[in-house]
Amino acid sequence: MTIDAANMHFQVLNEKIRNNSSKKITIDNCCGQRYIGAGMSGRNITINGTPGNALGAYLNGSEIQVNGNAQDAVGDTMNDGAIIIHGNVGDAPGYAMRGGRIFVRGNAGYRAGIHMKQYKEKKPVIIIGGRAGSFLGEYLAGGIIAVLNLQNEQPIISNFTGTGMHGGKIFLRCQTVPDNLPAQVSAEPAQPADFKELAPHLKAYCKQFELDYEQLAADTFFVLKPNAKNPYKKLYTQN
Amino acid sequence: MGIAYIYPPYEVVRNKDRCIGCRVCERQCANEVHHYSEEAGCMMADESKCVNCHRCVSLCPTRALKIVKTDHTFKENANWSGKAIQEIYRQASTGGVLLSSMGNPEPYPIYFDKILLNASQVTNPSIDPLREPMETRVFLGKKPKQIKRDKNGNILPQNTPHLELSMPVMFSAMSYGSISYNAHESLARAARELGIYYNTGEGGLHEDFYQYGANTIVQVASGRFGVHSDYLDTAAAIEIKMGQGAKPGIGGHLPGTKIVGDVSRTRMIPEGSDAISPAPHHDIYSIEDLRQLVYSLKEATNYEKPVIVKIAAVHNVSAIASGIARSGADIIAIDGYRGGTGAAPTRIRDNVGIPIELALASVDKRLRDEGIRDDVSIVVGGSIRSSADVFKAIALGADCCYIGTAALLALGCHLCRSCHEGKCNWGIATQRPDLVKRLNPDIGYKRLVNMLTAWNHEIKEMMGGMGINSIESLKGNRLMLRGIGMTEKELEILGIKHAGE
Repeated sequence: MTIDAANMHFQVLNEKIRNNSSKKITIDNCCGQRYIGAGMSGRNITINGTPGNALGAYLNGSEIQVNGNAQDAVGDTMNDGAIIIHGNVGDAPGYAMRGGRIFVRGNAGYRAGIHMKQYKEKKPVIIIGGRAGSFLGEYLAGGIIAVLNLQNEQPIISNFTGTGMHGGKIFLRCQTVPDNLPAQVSAEPAQPADFKELAPHLKAYCKQFELDYEQLAADTFFVLKPNAKNPYKKLYTQN
Repeated sequence: MGIAYIYPPYEVVRNKDRCIGCRVCERQCANEVHHYSEEAGCMMADESKCVNCHRCVSLCPTRALKIVKTDHTFKENANWSGKAIQEIYRQASTGGVLLSSMGNPEPYPIYFDKILLNASQVTNPSIDPLREPMETRVFLGKKPKQIKRDKNGNILPQNTPHLELSMPVMFSAMSYGSISYNAHESLARAARELGIYYNTGEGGLHEDFYQYGANTIVQVASGRFGVHSDYLDTAAAIEIKMGQGAKPGIGGHLPGTKIVGDVSRTRMIPEGSDAISPAPHHDIYSIEDLRQLVYSLKEATNYEKPVIVKIAAVHNVSAIASGIARSGADIIAIDGYRGGTGAAPTRIRDNVGIPIELALASVDKRLRDEGIRDDVSIVVGGSIRSSADVFKAIALGADCCYIGTAALLALGCHLCRSCHEGKCNWGIATQRPDLVKRLNPDIGYKRLVNMLTAWNHEIKEMMGGMGINSIESLKGNRLMLRGIGMTEKELEILGIKHAGE
């Protein structure tokens, strides 16, 4: 089923999607409508155009393909499913995401993957094809973020990457360690054991965007991890 | 061993004539204050570990125990109190931020205690609630601006989502993790029996408690712990936590040591991992951004549930509340600076925020002045200690009150303010199984029901005395209030007259 979203209010559009029984939905002429796919499961949504903020918030197992750019707060508190963005994404994609995948072909704005966490079999993954803005993986508690910088531009990340990080891993495809990492973060070349965690997701990413996985996997990746599991342990004294 | 700078604040007084050496005190004290000395042939105490929670006192079968404040003092000094001196010692020895629990205990004014209620005499009759119907039911949510009718003149229902409560009180947010499973079960069952609501706090909802969904408010906070679509769908309402009265402007931090077993499952994070709720929501920097979170939650739940936005009472609270009322939220919850907490930095708890009475009066006035008061309901907490506080809050403009500390007291809390240590001898603020089982939810829920049933009756008595038979007629009815011993400015902010006027 196809919905022409031109000049359509987000409430009308989202109600149409909710009330439609078909699993496969295409939205044409999308222009800034927010909350598409919020909390949904078992759908396959293709968006032609630019969806608005909070695309796929609380997503609980659906696939959303965006043929265009996406805006802020994509996949907020997402639990399961996949969001694939063929362009760039705005700020805070994957905020507090707990499961599923967000694949971005282009760049990401500020605070990508902030406070992502993992739980048992749930392990959220964000792969950004281009570069990422400041505060990438801030408060990261679990899951995997990878920044591929496919265009080999500088710098791959901006300031305050992994500030307050206390779990999870951030993979960066680059030749040298970025020099502006905060003290809570340790950076080392990714060992095979680390890369093994990323590999299946990177393969899926390459398949999605028709990239050569073998070539990409042969490049140097650095992995960022938190220095300590409980960084705030010694902060307090009982009164 | 280093020099003991800190002298124990309490003394354990044991009446040796009464003590039968049954060692109940020893078994009951998780702080390990009491022990039996084989050598001396009697019970001994290490009062340096005592938090004054009264567990041993309450369970001593011969009433042989009492805990008294030590009369050991520093040299008298009106500026440097013993407390101030000891806090310096603590920080000098550890380098740590001082951490405290429960609400601000400092001697700031309590405006509820400076407000007196009216009653009918001669010119209008009072009502006896035992003989005549009294309405304490309240509905929380957006009220329609005008009544719409069809062509036959019948009223068209305009169903904005609402919460219906049998009385204007509900249990405020306390997470599973900060309080125990049995405490949560007591709150949930009491809420169902009373026809009110309890609030999960930001720690997720235990699977056993989904059955109480119709009486549950679920919280979405900056850490988003345990938030997923089932959690949102189960609830009667969703509360976005922007702030908390005990610690305005800062986040939360449940240490990894408390993320064990079910707490880890409910929060949906691994055992031993720190649960950090960042100070801000990182996607909310403005009212427009707040609107985005409000609507993403409404969209995810098909506009079926009211959304509450909870903030701490701070200096510009009325302007902030005005913004929230325009964000699409259905209910604003305001938490005063006396509000409780499982752990907060002492300096924040004791120095940040403003009294709920002033915040409430100013928010209610601002929303009325702007013509948007009916767009939202107002719920206030921090701290509501009795039915009289509830009553005064409603007359100042609240729709409903949140109680947290009062509910914990009903469950047996003795306000020792040591929740952050995780060794609550009353089985409330702990996850230690041997301590948790001390709180029997069958008794706990009944005690909550008892307390609020009594409060509801008291509210009806006070209403009846004024000749009012519906809580709606009390709401914002400031003529029923008079101030005592307050300045002009305080009266002006509260919007009430002085006693005698």
